[in-house]
Parts: sequence; structure tokens; C-alpha cells
Amino acid sequence: MRRLRWFLGLIALGVSFALVFFYPLPSLLSWQSDFLKHAFFILIISASFSLWRILRGPTAADRAVALDILGILIIGFCAILGIPTGRDWYIDIGIAWALQSFISILTLGKYLEGRRFDE
Amino acid sequence: MKVKIIIFILAFLLWLLLSWSVDPVHLFLGVLIAVLVCFVTADIFLESPQVFKKPSRYLWFVYYIILFAWECFKANLDGAWRVIHPDLPINPGIVKVKTQLKSEVGLTFLANSLTLKPGTMTVDIDKENGFLYIHWSDVKAQDVEKATELIVRKFERVLMRIFP
Amino acid sequence: MNEIIGYVFIGIGLAFDFFGCLGLLRFPDLYNRLHSSIKCVTLGTSSILFGLFLYKGISATGIKALLCIVFLVLTAPVSAHVLARSAHKSGVKLWEKSVCDKYSEDENALS
Repeated sequence: MRRLRWFLGLIALGVSFALVFFYPLPSLLSWQSDFLKHAFFILIISASFSLWRILRGPTAADRAVALDILGILIIGFCAILGIPTGRDWYIDIGIAWALQSFISILTLGKYLEGRRFDE
Repeated sequence: MKVKIIIFILAFLLWLLLSWSVDPVHLFLGVLIAVLVCFVTADIFLESPQVFKKPSRYLWFVYYIILFAWECFKANLDGAWRVIHPDLPINPGIVKVKTQLKSEVGLTFLANSLTLKPGTMTVDIDKENGFLYIHWSDVKAQDVEKATELIVRKFERVLMRIFP
Repeated sequence: MNEIIGYVFIGIGLAFDFFGCLGLLRFPDLYNRLHSSIKCVTLGTSSILFGLFLYKGISATGIKALLCIVFLVLTAPVSAHVLARSAHKSGVKLWEKSVCDKYSEDENALS
């Protein structure tokens, strides 16, 4: 039964990859290569997995874990957006997001542990 | 005073790398912010500034970075294999290991590199007795000595020479 | 040539990111999910940033990408450690097929 479910999941993943790769994506910006256009959509699928875990997590700690993973993925978004658009300030947003996400996760951990904020 | 000078140099170097320009305006702002940072955070960082002078530490640090990158790559292949396997071959548990490192920076580096090593993740540190609690995704030994031999030894041997 | 090697690094990073987020869906409890996904996502995003450095060469953006790798490798394990400890203290149980839990034994002995 578990192997059947795994096989169905694999088929669903293959179909979604094929849809992403062969669908004629609209060109929102003046993209320089097709590779980055599809790479962006793979990152969007990963972020949607993380969002699903935020939606369905049984406890609050699960949602905090998925939020941490989503915050690291957004740095990847900023790094990839910097290449085709040619704008250098996207990586600045990435660095600022890395530090700010770290501090917010520390605060969430303290809240989950039940301590006060000045301890 | 020595600590403040070291922190000033590190902060100014970080500013130069981040702004990547040699305008006089940028340099002046960098000096101002570095002085502010070194006066605010001087008593938080760096307990012992004299160990900055030994040159052999830097060679061991380069060796440590290479070892760490290789272990990190192996950890990723291991994690990807466990994710796509249909039976989920995990055997998890939290074990306790003992370490001999004393300084705070050394313990932090050990815990971080154990988190990115294949199969282990640090959960908590008992600083007085030198115990680390580690979540191991494939438990092979439950008592303290064997787990220490299997998990910690490879990094501790290098880190003892960098952070004595 | 540098651009092609950069694209290869970005591709490897995307694959590891994808497997890390798939582990977020498949594993049965919090510690295993955190365990698998924090490793894969950290090295995947570092690989994407290193590809950006190879693409841009030594310029303002490239140096910033290298600094971002240093920040990420220093901060991501610390956040995983904080989340695992606070989840254990707030009462999230391990998976029921886990082998041993020395941490809760020691906590019961102390308190």
C-alpha cells in the first residue's frame, strides 16, 4: 500500500515537472535564458510544499519549522532574480532577509519555549 | 583596548567588502559605524585576544573548512536518498555524547558542524558537564562512549587545535 | 565558461532545495523533518549563491553573494537548534517508533 502511494506520488511529480518544463511560460520580464525561467518555477513548487506544511501542521512548532525553511528559500529567489534582470540590489535584499529571518526564528523559539523575552 | 581594536578592524573589513567602493563618503561612514559597533559590542565577543597571533591555527582552519564542505556534501546525498526511498529508512532517537571542548566559540562551531554532518542534529548543550544531546536519524549505539566515538571524534580532533 | 559552471551549480542547488522541501512533506514527525530539510536547503541555497558568484565574477554582487553564504552557514544550524530545543520543551513528542530519548530521561531526573 505504501509502495503504491509512493509510486502514485512519483507519477504526479513527473507530470507536474513535465507541465512546468513544456508549458510555454509567459515572459513577464525580458528573460535572458529559458533555464532561469524554469528554475524559478521549481523554486515556486518547493515553496508551495513549505506552504502546505504551514497550512496543515499539527502543532505550532511544525509551522515554525516550515517558516524557517521558507525564509531560506526566499534568499534563493533573490539570488536567482538578480541574474536575468541585471539589477544588483536583489542580493542586498537577500542578505537583509537572511539576518532578519534568523532573528525572527530566535524570537519564535523563545515564545514556544514559554520564556519571557528579556531572559 | 586590544579587543576593541580587533573588533574595529573586523567591522571595517566587513563594511569594505559589503560596500565595495572607495569613495571618501563611504569610507568616512564606515569608520563612524565601526567605532560605534566596537564600543557597543566589545564586551560580548572575544574572551581571549592573544590566540590571534598563532599562525598554525589558520592552516588548521583551512583544513577544517575543506573537511566540513566534504561532510556537508555527503550529508546532502544521504538526505536526498532517505527522502526518495519508498520505505523511509529511518531509525531515529536522541542520544547523549560527551565532548572535551571548553570554550564557547569551540562549542558553537562543534554544534553547528554536527548539525550539517550526515545523520546528526544538535538538540541541546549542557555546558557545565560537557554533554551534547544529539538527534540521530540512524541510531547505531546508545551508550555514551560508543556514540562519542562514532559521532564527535572526527571534528573534535581538528577543533581542539583551533580553539584550545 | 564561467557562466556555464555557474548554471551547473544553480542546477545542483535547485535539485537539493526540491528534495529538502519534499522531505518536509514525507517525514512523520517534527525532528525528522527539521533534520532532513535544514541540511538540504542550506547547502542548496549556498550552491545557488555560489553559482551567482561564478556568474558575476569578482564584483560587488559576487562578493555580496559570498558574504551571504557565510551568514547562511553560520545562522541556519543555530535556528534549527533553537527550534528543536523549544519544540522538545513545549511538549512535542518523538515519533512512536523511535529508539531512545535520552534527553527527556535526563530532564525527568533533573526536575
